[in-house]
Amino acid sequence: MASRFASFASALVFGVLAGLVSAGAQDRSIVVASTTSTQDSGLFGYLLPLFKAKANIDVKVIAQGTGQALDTARRGDADVVFVHAKSQEEKFVADGFGVKRFDVMYNDFVLIGPKSDPAGIKGTKDIVAGLKAIQAKAAPFVSRGDKSGTHSAELALWKVAGVDIAATKGPWYREIGQGMGPALNTAGAMNGYVLADRGTWISFKNRGDLAIAVEGDRRLFNQYGLILVNPEKFPSVKKEFGQAFIDWLISTDGQAAIAAYQIDGQQLFFPNAEKKGS
Amino acid sequence: MSDQFSAWQLILNGDAALFAIVRLSLAVSLSAVALAAMIGMPLGALIALTRFPGRSVLVVLLNAMMGLPPVVVGLAVYLLLSRSGPLGSMGILFTPTAMIIAQTILIVPIIAALTRQTIEDLWAEYRDELTAMDVSRTGRMATLLWDARFSLLTALLAGFGRAAAEVGAVMIVGGNIDGFTRTMTTAVALETSKGNLPLAMGLGLVLVAIVLAINAAAWGTRIWSERQAG
Repeated sequence: MASRFASFASALVFGVLAGLVSAGAQDRSIVVASTTSTQDSGLFGYLLPLFKAKANIDVKVIAQGTGQALDTARRGDADVVFVHAKSQEEKFVADGFGVKRFDVMYNDFVLIGPKSDPAGIKGTKDIVAGLKAIQAKAAPFVSRGDKSGTHSAELALWKVAGVDIAATKGPWYREIGQGMGPALNTAGAMNGYVLADRGTWISFKNRGDLAIAVEGDRRLFNQYGLILVNPEKFPSVKKEFGQAFIDWLISTDGQAAIAAYQIDGQQLFFPNAEKKGS
Repeated sequence: MSDQFSAWQLILNGDAALFAIVRLSLAVSLSAVALAAMIGMPLGALIALTRFPGRSVLVVLLNAMMGLPPVVVGLAVYLLLSRSGPLGSMGILFTPTAMIIAQTILIVPIIAALTRQTIEDLWAEYRDELTAMDVSRTGRMATLLWDARFSLLTALLAGFGRAAAEVGAVMIVGGNIDGFTRTMTTAVALETSKGNLPLAMGLGLVLVAIVLAINAAAWGTRIWSERQAG
């Protein structure tokens, strides 16, 4: 009676666990802690099958903000980080958590806003003037507020604009603590401005009344970096497979694959690896 | 326009990726229910039939734990299984096994608390008979659990419902890895964040339909077994 259920249940559980263990026996896989922008833009969906065909290594991507991705790696829970906040990445390497940092590609940030443009900044190329106008008019602004690469870039731009955002932010400045997609969804719902990476913006499907307000300022440059987590710190790091992934991405093949990824005829990321790393 | 149809096209075309997601969701949640039943049912029955100091506190605590926030359970399991955590050497963070562990912790209190109530009610009915027959406590627990099996099915379904619906725990300990730890709920969260709201809604409807089908099957099994049992 009860034992019949127990045997059924244990058969089910052990069946599942056995399936998982056998899958792990020939484990040619790595965990890459990366950002929501690389995943939500569809880049990984395009690159990973190419890498798998080349190297027969499965890449498991955990998509988080840059800050969280680096934290995941700091705990030893990833083999490679693929993120976009150079100062945080350099600190990660300097603290001994990463082996070496490689530039891999770039795109740029764009300031997105409602078509009605309450701050009157549409078409300007000066991101600093744009942010100052938003603050002066207290137009709604959505901040990621999640220590992501985009959040770091936004805070740096407020600093350049001479706005002490921590001291002056009012109800117009809304920190949502979520990824790029949710931030765009929120900006759309509240007719607000938001800083986004161009890749996520191009692939974003729920634009509603949102459009690009400011683009083309060189201060909107967005560099992505690759780092192998330090195997001396965490012996569990799969350094050969992880390094193979990095080597492929910065190789001529990998760089060409990044350049070839397009949505609606637009290139999302621009390769700029210099093989040596830093 | 195409988005409105894509979710249904995925289903109608028997999309392999979608089936893999559905299969993983079911495997994880059903395994968690099975494990939680093996722990929660005996535990609930034991508490129902035992009197000891502090029992009321335990019962209240158990009932309260039915409301454990999935995201908190997920975080706790994450910290345990992380390479820097006490169980890090097992290397099971970001795997389906980790997801089963988190969901099991989440639903043991639900199954245990509902079992306790059911068995306690039934015990009031059976007390004289079982006491007269001088049945051991293990024997009583087994008899009561067996005789309450149809009511306990509801406890299992409540546990399954909780497991299949939650996103907070599996997102944190599974990592929402494409083709490996992506479940129905984390896929809905991902599509929502990509602004692909129609597809997200479509996946959500698939999930609801599957949960409905499982509940209908459980109901049918119950009716059928009750007939068999006469």
